[in-house]
Amino acid sequence: MTVSDDAGQNELETPAARRMRLIERYGVFAVVILMMVILSALEPDIFPTTQNLTNILRQIAMNALLALGLYIVIMTAGIDLSVGSIMALATMLLAMVDTSGMPWPLVLLVGPLVGIACGAVNGLGLTVLRLPHPFIMTLGTLYSIRGITNLVSGGRPVSGVSQEVRFLGSGEIPLPFLGEYASFPVSAIVILVCYGGVAYFINKVSLGRHIVAVGGNPQAARVSGINVDRILLIVYCLSGFFAGMAALMMAGRTGAGFPNAGIGAELDAIAAVIIGGASFFGGRGSVLGVFAGVLVMGLLRNGLNLMDVSAFWQQTMIGMIVVGAVYVDVLRRRAGATS
Amino acid sequence: MTRETGPLLEMRGITKHFGAITALDQVDLQLYSGEVLGVVGDNGAGKSTLMKVLSGLYSASSGEVILDGRPVQLNSPRDAQGMGIEMVYQDLALAGNLPVHENIYLGREPGRQHFGIKIVDRKLSRRLAQEHLDRLHIEVKSVDQKVEELSGGQAQAVAIARATAFDARLVIMDEPTAALAIKEVGKVLDLIKRLSDHGTGVILISHRMDDVFFVCDRVMALFHGRNFEESEISGTSRNEVIGWIMGTKGHTEGLAHDRL
Ligand SMILES: Nc1ncnc2c1ncn2[C@@H]1O[C@H](COP(=O)(O)OP(=O)(O)OP(=O)(O)O)[C@@H](O)[C@H]1O
Ligand SMILES: [Mg+2]
Repeated sequence: MTVSDDAGQNELETPAARRMRLIERYGVFAVVILMMVILSALEPDIFPTTQNLTNILRQIAMNALLALGLYIVIMTAGIDLSVGSIMALATMLLAMVDTSGMPWPLVLLVGPLVGIACGAVNGLGLTVLRLPHPFIMTLGTLYSIRGITNLVSGGRPVSGVSQEVRFLGSGEIPLPFLGEYASFPVSAIVILVCYGGVAYFINKVSLGRHIVAVGGNPQAARVSGINVDRILLIVYCLSGFFAGMAALMMAGRTGAGFPNAGIGAELDAIAAVIIGGASFFGGRGSVLGVFAGVLVMGLLRNGLNLMDVSAFWQQTMIGMIVVGAVYVDVLRRRAGATS
Repeated sequence: MTRETGPLLEMRGITKHFGAITALDQVDLQLYSGEVLGVVGDNGAGKSTLMKVLSGLYSASSGEVILDGRPVQLNSPRDAQGMGIEMVYQDLALAGNLPVHENIYLGREPGRQHFGIKIVDRKLSRRLAQEHLDRLHIEVKSVDQKVEELSGGQAQAVAIARATAFDARLVIMDEPTAALAIKEVGKVLDLIKRLSDHGTGVILISHRMDDVFFVCDRVMALFHGRNFEESEISGTSRNEVIGWIMGTKGHTEGLAHDRL
């Protein structure tokens, strides 16, 4: 029996492959730190303040939750284009039931439940109708769920969401020891819990491992006795669930349901997952990486805003970063193939 | 082999259509405990399809599967696993992004159940995998190595390890030696012998007559999706079996192909 040791494994690895593996694993964190250093140097009076840093956490809440759902989907080599629409519908419905007097604990359930229901439609469309690719099913629901949002609201915003319901999205925990007005957003705690929960689920729970296996080789999962259709259904429900959680953030921040909320939000979420190093081909990517991807986008927006750079530049740069991140994935695959 | 107790497995009249294609037409098969049955046939003869029916991956268009004298329903690989039927697939069917130990226990991870959620015990999974590989005399650098980093032979070994990790009563191997170097072939054949010594039934699909005649007790040939001929190994010859593969009976000498 050969002794298993890391040194032996590293001998097999070419220096190029090893470098790519390190870049893949830690590259996006290096980018986050680099951006923070640069922004601190450029805007020393504003950027590194508690106020601004917690602001970034407030701003990324919605994208962080949508990206978390998409991460799980992309792990299976799938895609969910409908999360922006799901979030809008969930926000709208919870605003409507809240303003019609439903008790707030029930209203809080409406967001995630609407999300799960929409996700179930995606999952069933994929597995029961046997549509060739989730792109098609979720493109359909991107339109239809947006349409339903407009139908139920008559295309008008519904405002006046109660404080209790808004708490998760806009509540603040005072941090008096950091200054008179310093506070920590409740939404950041929601994100922490959700990310921690998904990381545990994907890495430790058998169902989570089955999701990773389906992403690696659905056929292997199938012959191992895993019900792949059931896994896909769960995955799209989870994506919907996190869109519903994002709806709670949205309702909290704005206090209203807007029929046009979250148009294009699915693209930001996909971008964050890809920047975070998850492979579009499935089976590869970490929760921590996704969080870093969300941070990169949040820092970029924040920094460019602080420096009064136009939103047009933000778009341009996010596009370049997405391509750069995927190029790293391509290089990694190439290094892997030749080593 | 325990002929007195009746066959471990019987497949009767198995027919399988893929759209307009009839891959299997009224195929019968028997297997006794501890017996090694060789299944041979030309490319496309239906060998893999027949075995996938048995492993629950395909459902037969008609026909029945009888295990221990009782008809069974094999609607999914899980059903088959539950009855002690395991298969090593021709394409291996491993998840390259997962480490060796997770591939071996995929779908049946060791762990604790809490409120219907199973928490995987990775330490135990690693240890069990290592012990199992040691028992099979299979060497990998580490059970933590991702399967995509393994050589073809090592990946083959992992697929075999998965099929033998749960004390199967019947192990199906679809061309397990096709990608292997000679030394590795010997290991797989030894393993098959050991499995049958322990009373496990083994079905071996192979194009290599050396393998078939080394380990099998009986050989059956499929031709164009039908039963063609079968015999105890002691009652036939390589040339005759090669003849069956090509759809001819009664040839014992003088075929152009000495071996395939
Ligand atoms: N999933 C499928 N869909 C359609 N046709 C199939 C499918 N699987 C097998 N077939 C067809 O069934 C027939 C038998 O195929 P099978 O794979 O069982 O052959 P085989 O005997 O295993 O051949 P080989 O020695 O090449 O592995 C072939 O004609 C094949 O094209
Ligand atoms: Mg075959």
